[in-house]
Amino acid sequence: MAARISPADVAHVARLARLELAPEEVELYASQLAQVLDYAAEVAALDTEGVAPTAHPLPVRNVLRPDVPVPGLSREEALSQAPEVEEGQFRVPRILGEEP
Amino acid sequence: MTLPTALDLAQAVRTGERSAVEVVEEHLARVEEAEPEVHAFNLVAGEEARAAAAQVDARVARGEDPGPLAGVPLALKDNLCTRGLPTTCSSRILAGWVPPYDATAVSRAVRSGAVVIGKTNLDEFAMGSSTENSAFGPTRNPLDPIRVPGGSSGGSAAAVAAGFAPLALGSDTGGSIRQPAALCGVVGLKPTYGVVSRYGLVAFASSLDQVGPLARTVGDAVALLEAIAGHDPADSTSLDRPAPALSGCLAQGVEGLRIGVIQELAGVEGIAPEVGARLHEAADALAGAGAKVDEVSVPATMWGLPAYYLLAPAEASSNLARYDGVRYGLRLARPDITSMYEATRSAGFGPEVKRRIMLGTFALSAGYYDAYYGQAQRVRTLIIESFAAAYERFDALLSPTAPTTAFPLGSRTADPLAMYLSDVCTVASSLAGHPALSVPFGTGEGGLPVGIQVMAPALGEPVMVRVGAALEDLAP
Amino acid sequence: MTTSPGGWETVVGLEVHCELRTATKLFCGCRNAFGEEPNTSVCPVCLGLPGSLPVLNAHAVELAMRIGAALHCEVRPSIFHRKNYFYPDMPKDYQISQYDQPINVGGYLELPDGTRVGIVRAHMEEDTGKSTHVGGGGRIHEASHSLVDYNRAGVPLVEIVSAPDIRSADQARAYVNELRGILVATGASDGKMEEGSLRVDANVSVRRAGSDAYGTRCEVKNLNSLRSLARAVEHEAARQVALLEAGQAVVQETRHWDEGAGRTQALRSKEEAFDYRYFPEPDLVPLEPDGPWRARVAASLPPLPAERRARVAALAPGAPPDRVAAVVELGLDGLVLEAAAAGADPALALSRAANEVAARAPAAGGLDPGAFASLLQMESRGELTPTQAKAVLSRLLDGQRDPAGVARELGFEALPATDLAQAVDEAIAALPREWERYLSGEDKLAGVFVGAVMKATRGRADGKAVTGLLRERRRSQAG
Repeated sequence: MAARISPADVAHVARLARLELAPEEVELYASQLAQVLDYAAEVAALDTEGVAPTAHPLPVRNVLRPDVPVPGLSREEALSQAPEVEEGQFRVPRILGEEP
Repeated sequence: MTLPTALDLAQAVRTGERSAVEVVEEHLARVEEAEPEVHAFNLVAGEEARAAAAQVDARVARGEDPGPLAGVPLALKDNLCTRGLPTTCSSRILAGWVPPYDATAVSRAVRSGAVVIGKTNLDEFAMGSSTENSAFGPTRNPLDPIRVPGGSSGGSAAAVAAGFAPLALGSDTGGSIRQPAALCGVVGLKPTYGVVSRYGLVAFASSLDQVGPLARTVGDAVALLEAIAGHDPADSTSLDRPAPALSGCLAQGVEGLRIGVIQELAGVEGIAPEVGARLHEAADALAGAGAKVDEVSVPATMWGLPAYYLLAPAEASSNLARYDGVRYGLRLARPDITSMYEATRSAGFGPEVKRRIMLGTFALSAGYYDAYYGQAQRVRTLIIESFAAAYERFDALLSPTAPTTAFPLGSRTADPLAMYLSDVCTVASSLAGHPALSVPFGTGEGGLPVGIQVMAPALGEPVMVRVGAALEDLAP
Repeated sequence: MTTSPGGWETVVGLEVHCELRTATKLFCGCRNAFGEEPNTSVCPVCLGLPGSLPVLNAHAVELAMRIGAALHCEVRPSIFHRKNYFYPDMPKDYQISQYDQPINVGGYLELPDGTRVGIVRAHMEEDTGKSTHVGGGGRIHEASHSLVDYNRAGVPLVEIVSAPDIRSADQARAYVNELRGILVATGASDGKMEEGSLRVDANVSVRRAGSDAYGTRCEVKNLNSLRSLARAVEHEAARQVALLEAGQAVVQETRHWDEGAGRTQALRSKEEAFDYRYFPEPDLVPLEPDGPWRARVAASLPPLPAERRARVAALAPGAPPDRVAAVVELGLDGLVLEAAAAGADPALALSRAANEVAARAPAAGGLDPGAFASLLQMESRGELTPTQAKAVLSRLLDGQRDPAGVARELGFEALPATDLAQAVDEAIAALPREWERYLSGEDKLAGVFVGAVMKATRGRADGKAVTGLLRERRRSQAG
């Protein structure tokens, strides 16, 4: 199924991905993504009835770690790369909504 | 220019015949001369390299074992984390970020005596096939500076081809080691998924990414792979087995090996005639060396590219969400968090990265997941089954690495799909998690190198390097 | 089943997030600690630094499986997904969580009153960090900016989702209380709701009694105590009933419980619908506990509250269920069982444990079960009055260990039976008019005689024994 991707879809997807696009960029990306999705339609059209999806190329199961503490980063190291720090924490601008 | 192999250099350093410092200086001198034109590096770590080389020499002087790669200069793709050295992924969004830790592959290479001389340029976050999608400008092919080196490990391939370092590490998600190796005339090896730890490799598409070596010879590539491979408890997808012993396979020849030439890729749309001709010559040469060579149809290889361009962007869209201006990297000041996210990410990512983030976000979004992402995962299963059928009859498979030789800078940047087609031969083994190797074999248009891809089933590295080493010997 | 006077029925399903009591986080070796300085229990993995990778904590899996087994779930092969959304609390801007293939599915929890509440699933996920809103009195919408601490980011959680089988605020409370008991018993949780170790969201709807269809539900968040939960469910159900009775509709939404105001409030509507774009987490491999592992976990489960209540109830038939429940909840059932095994009267042991011992719950741990049993036996033999026994018990709870010694120290000499009979007869003789009235059936006058006997024996008599003797005398006179 080749769903065309409209400029409105691009704008929606950009919002989900937290990307800001100028109107002309929306148009450009819409045509480019449509081209790639048309190409992808080749696989979308394949009959995969009864085929299990592969999320992983590996037949590996149950990889676990013992519950033993290991030293991490010091607070200074943790904060050293942050754009803005206050009181030993990462400072961010006003948050608009509650966590979902 | 005939340069010594990495193994020759290591031998000379280990025996005290040459000092590691001298070896490093020699390479840094070549960097100084040609780097302005090639632009293989985002960072040349001259001082750190000299200091590390001096330590190798000190170990030799004390009679300690300096490791199998003693004193060999090593270039690292700039998406491998290096403690204390900036790691940028050639993206503005990470400019200035200094990781507090080394990637496992890096620390293992260094423990084997290799000396890191710099971080190489790449397509931003490894998304591209030409190293033109770099925030810091493109890398040029050392063999012809108007042409691309391939990508995304173009800086690493160019560094090896230009003699800046005999060894480099790259990462391969859909062909990013093999394709630039082919375009630069060097050897590039993508190991079986899980053979090399991904810890400290900045993720592009986690279920596909593998770290691997680039070198001038198959023997050097194998030596570097042996140094970095093996189980790592920090990577859940790392295979719990020791590093494969491969050096011993190099001289075993191909007598009696069954080698299949993949029809679909031998005649792939857009393949340059010379590339097709070299593939057949390579097949004939292997047959002449005692291999049983035949054509084989692996139809699912043709589904690789469309499946890849759904799966990889989907994983990427999630992997690249963390670049949000909160904990590290770029931030643009805005009054609220959502505008800050949007401004930072829009300014920090280049167009190709944005394109793939949006493509992947779309492929995962409500209403489209099953048609795109889910379907691509099922096709991935079909590709694995299709390979399995071929490997019942063949020990290794052969194809071109790339449909064409190195193309001119700027010739494909306006057409994303044309650029994506550069990966048509390499993505299928990535999706299957299988190992694959690109070996230079003659030249094509304008005397530019052609690479032949040798593929093997999962953990088939031994047979793969046997065929690769034979091709290297048989190359015109 | 509770229905309001207007014939409405409340329907509640609960989602309980339980922080697991592990030494380290779910996917990295950082300490799982509470109340530390901000950003001191962090590493590249839980800060989401580029190139870092998660590795699953074996003990967290073990605890999740214990929870599943304790809730009679099927423990299944499972995988982790990524739930994608941007929020500063989330270092990777996705949460690793189980989605359509969770580790535990399809169990139930039995409330002390016998009601079975279905468990839809109990899955594993990582916690987020914590943001503090600066300015605007700490309220998110009025804040000037926020500060983020990632110490809690990556702490292991199990989310337990109930079926909508709960029918009242009291039942909701009982469910969480029972679940808490189970989680504490399995070692999965410390059960501290106020510290956020257990977080409850309630899906509340109402419908006409007798209806099979569900009404539109609202999810109520910010329930930090059992009291909040019960109040919030009651208020939310009442709000919905009022809407429906006024001919209006309930809008499906998330509402925030305001403890101070005692009401729920709609969260500010989001700027966009959330599309979490779940997909399998490629950095982790499937989790497939095999049969032996599942069997080992099931066998390692300690006795759960329901089983413990049954044991106590069997010892003391006819004991009030809430007394039994209280003893189990406070962990005093072991004391009762040991005392009974040592020969004490189980009903008396239960009563003392549920009242006097429970009242001093923190000290109860130091109470020597042997001493407790001896004390109960002294009381049963009439060597101590109940009042005296309670006084001795109090000393035992202070750390003393020899009940007979304590009784002597307090001057609680046992009153020989002949002395008691004599004191009763003397009191009857001294109060003939009162005795006549008692004989004629005025039972309340027994108190007068008990008082007189107590006075005469300086409190050494057992009030119950006196009453018994009085009845005996009345019977023999009547006969």
